[in-house]
Amino acid sequence: MKLFEHEAKDIFRAFGMPTPQGGVAHTPEEARERAKEIGKPVAVKAQVLTGKRGKAGGVKFADTPDEAERVVGEILAMRINDLPVKAVLVEEKLDIAQEIYAGVTIDRNERKYVVIGSAAGGMSIEELAAEHPEKIVKRHVDPHLGFHPFEAREMAIDMGFRGKDISRLANFFLTLWKIVQTYDVELTEINPLILTRDGRFLAADARLNIDDNALYRHKGLIEKLKREPVEMNERERRAAEEGMAYVELDGNIACICNGAGLTMATIDAVALHGGKAGIFLDLGGGADAERVEKGIEIALMNPSVRAILINIMGGITRCDEVARGIVAAREERGIGVPMVIRMVGTNEEEGQRILQEAGIPFLKTMEEAASKVVELVKKEAE
Amino acid sequence: MAVLIDKDTRVLIQGITGSQGTFHSAAMLEYGTKVVAGVTPGKGGSEVNSIPVYDSVREAKEAHDATASVIFVPAPFAGDAALEAIAAGLNPVVIITEHVPVQDEIRVIHAAAREGITIIGPNTPGIINPSARQKLGIMPGHVFADGPVALMSRSGTLTYEIAAGMTNAGIGITTAIGLGGDPCVGLTTIEAVKLFQSDPETKAMVIVGEIGGDAEERAAAYIKDHVDIPVVGFIAGRTAPPGKRMGHAGAIISGSTGTALAKISALTEAGVRVADKPSDVARLLKEMM
Repeated sequence: MKLFEHEAKDIFRAFGMPTPQGGVAHTPEEARERAKEIGKPVAVKAQVLTGKRGKAGGVKFADTPDEAERVVGEILAMRINDLPVKAVLVEEKLDIAQEIYAGVTIDRNERKYVVIGSAAGGMSIEELAAEHPEKIVKRHVDPHLGFHPFEAREMAIDMGFRGKDISRLANFFLTLWKIVQTYDVELTEINPLILTRDGRFLAADARLNIDDNALYRHKGLIEKLKREPVEMNERERRAAEEGMAYVELDGNIACICNGAGLTMATIDAVALHGGKAGIFLDLGGGADAERVEKGIEIALMNPSVRAILINIMGGITRCDEVARGIVAAREERGIGVPMVIRMVGTNEEEGQRILQEAGIPFLKTMEEAASKVVELVKKEAE
Repeated sequence: MAVLIDKDTRVLIQGITGSQGTFHSAAMLEYGTKVVAGVTPGKGGSEVNSIPVYDSVREAKEAHDATASVIFVPAPFAGDAALEAIAAGLNPVVIITEHVPVQDEIRVIHAAAREGITIIGPNTPGIINPSARQKLGIMPGHVFADGPVALMSRSGTLTYEIAAGMTNAGIGITTAIGLGGDPCVGLTTIEAVKLFQSDPETKAMVIVGEIGGDAEERAAAYIKDHVDIPVVGFIAGRTAPPGKRMGHAGAIISGSTGTALAKISALTEAGVRVADKPSDVARLLKEMM
């Protein structure tokens, strides 16, 4: 679950981290009020869950409440990376001396959390790693010992800070680590963390992603946020309710399979034969007829689908159940687009008999099936 | 010789009384696996598929001399179950459960490492050794034949697809290991490669990878310098877009890292023949062996 900047900053503040003065606004009028409360020039920032917001024009400055009202009107009318802007954050404009990076994420290879800092903030950590790898300071967190003040201080020193600034900056790392542990965070970043000309360190931006698998431990937080963990369209919501992995792609062939790896290999096979997958749909293990029928139904809700490719490698999933689901989907709702089926494995003969009786052709290999479905889509288009 | 499990492995199943545990303990027994006991706290004294059930791993291990564990416990409790298995000294510990919180995974993986215990998974189909007729997991046993090739993979059904293709081509396996589809897993690709490199019965290896992370690239660097037997690879997700999780929590291209292309070129450079499609794996093995 990705948190909006203003949601993440509420958490930062609750842990005692300094953030710029300000508040969230949903209308230009509200923004005017926020700017008036702040009483000095402000920055207004679109609240969207995507990077490169600044480059897309989602961050603007205003010297007066009137101006704030006007620019917020502009920002609320924007779409950034195709996402609507529903709120802005109005904050005091900072007098920047230095932009710093601070973050915590998971090192998949080490299977450890890693705390990351850099005195050259502002650009993304990826760009920073490519352009100035020597300016990145990292500490892996010992899973048994945790992350300690001396390590945070060493990081600040390695980033070039001295005197009182060492502990001031170290506190940001320590607070991030506390938040990571408290909320099962898989990624958090302050970029930029700003050192102002009058010597204050402030978290000027905030990114916080919570591990979806741990959301059950944070029901109170989700309730407080008053929104769904993930914004979904109707098809995505249906699939999520059914516990199916569903991803929309930019092609027109729906690939319905059992298992994530097999589904990925199937969309690749479609591409290898000159087609383009529009839907990745993993039914999961042990799907019964009803589940298969639901999967087909969800795929057909997407208007861009021109054909369906069902690829099942039966293990705990039984081919006879899959066949029954396919026949039921066709009889009860009609399918309306060409459908290619490949299934092998558990109860293969019975499944194939059911399809044969219903007059539905099936193929024995994934390659034949991928090639066939691409051919059918091309024929339809002619 | 074999890796991690052999004919003497005595298996305990945690979460045996749940629907998954009940179904798969029967399938394991049917395959030939030496399942000696089950554990579900509060259900001690009962039986599932004639397997005695205990309240704790410690009791079950003492009573039946279990050596390894397979975990079917629901995600919120899987981390605790794994720590219990580690505390009892079971090895390997196979975590089938999907959706385990990553903080729990990290804790379990490092607790195991401290004790020298191998964690397989989480989010894995498990491990199978056809010559010993032992499977610790949920894979369909019949698609795997006994033979000289090691198979390691980050996915389930895709592994069955490739194993079935190998079996049809008359190529069997020493051991197949599902490494798990999560970003953080216990046994990694490179560690699995090292295990198989030191197994005299393994004459070739198959690595089935997918987008996300750099486990395959790291394995490739090791293979280049240390592996002298043929290695064939397959990477799923060549056409997956960046930033989307493709079913597995770990299958995501983040920025420019974790692409199929990077994995394929690293493996190719290390002398691994990378198949364009799953059915090519068996053909490439035949050419190289």
